[in-house]
Amino acid sequence: MKKWPLWEIFIRSKNGLSHKHVGSLHASDEQMAMQNARDVYTRRSEGISIWVVESKHISASDPDEGESLFDPANDKVYRHPTFYNLPDELKHM
Amino acid sequence: MDKHLYNFVLHLGDNALILGHRLSEICGHGPALEQDMAVTNIALDLVGQSRNLFQLAAQLKGGDATEDSLAYLRDATGYKNVLLAEQKNGDFAKTIVRQFFYDAFNYHCYQRLLQSKHKDIAAIADKAIKEITYHLKWSSEWVIRLGDGTEESLRRINDAIEDLWPYTGEMFKFADYEVACNESGVFPNIQGIKADWDEEVSSVFGLAGLEVPKDTWMHDGGKRGVHSEHLGFLLAEMQFLQRAYPGQEW
Repeated sequence: MKKWPLWEIFIRSKNGLSHKHVGSLHASDEQMAMQNARDVYTRRSEGISIWVVESKHISASDPDEGESLFDPANDKVYRHPTFYNLPDELKHM
Repeated sequence: MDKHLYNFVLHLGDNALILGHRLSEICGHGPALEQDMAVTNIALDLVGQSRNLFQLAAQLKGGDATEDSLAYLRDATGYKNVLLAEQKNGDFAKTIVRQFFYDAFNYHCYQRLLQSKHKDIAAIADKAIKEITYHLKWSSEWVIRLGDGTEESLRRINDAIEDLWPYTGEMFKFADYEVACNESGVFPNIQGIKADWDEEVSSVFGLAGLEVPKDTWMHDGGKRGVHSEHLGFLLAEMQFLQRAYPGQEW
């Protein structure tokens, strides 16, 4: 059991929303990871779809590179679509 | 009161309650958090199913019978669950094999109850079958992994199969109330259950690399209230509060 790999669990809470990371768990293989995810993370009707991904297959960004990756966006407010005047008739924007 | 119908509903409820209670005994003791949750979920499903059935049984019995009086105030000889359900948890392999044998039976039993002429029973089955389908999937996957796992898991699951196999025959030795309910359309097509169960077991055992035991002498008696010594201890614990402090509520 100590050799069981770690799996990351993603759950879609309802149609139209994307899968969201909810946590991780140990399981012997993908089928068991799916069942464990169902039992651990959807007991209270949290979801309608589950993805499981073995943790080793996830590449994460390096926290040390945070400055070069993310800070350059800070002074580029024009990338937000807040500079357009929308006509009043336009709903749901 | 239709005595056969009442006994049949009690029998179904007792199966669910006794196995559910057995599983609840290991809540917090699972081999891993994930499996602890799975076993506890199944225990809760089964206890929930027994509540639905006891409510119906209490209604059939009338008087002051309630789901609680049926669960907490009957002695072992009044219980009609199959002996398999009351067998002890043992190691994880035994818990899994007991569950698998039971789930494979329960699944094919409830498939038939969906077609029951008794509309309350059909409605209970309609709700339960989704849970039972998952239970069977869960226990099947574990049988496959224990059988096709390590040397130790193979040894343990083979021991469990040898221990529990003699308790499987009782499920297909139909009691008078099952036969009567079959004739009245409450429990249709019981004749095919054994073949469906055999097929389920041999297909999962095939994937697990396990051998289906040869036919052997089988225990029976649970369905008519003649139980193994384990049930008395189980009930002593389960019923203690209501026996010691009658009428206690949450």
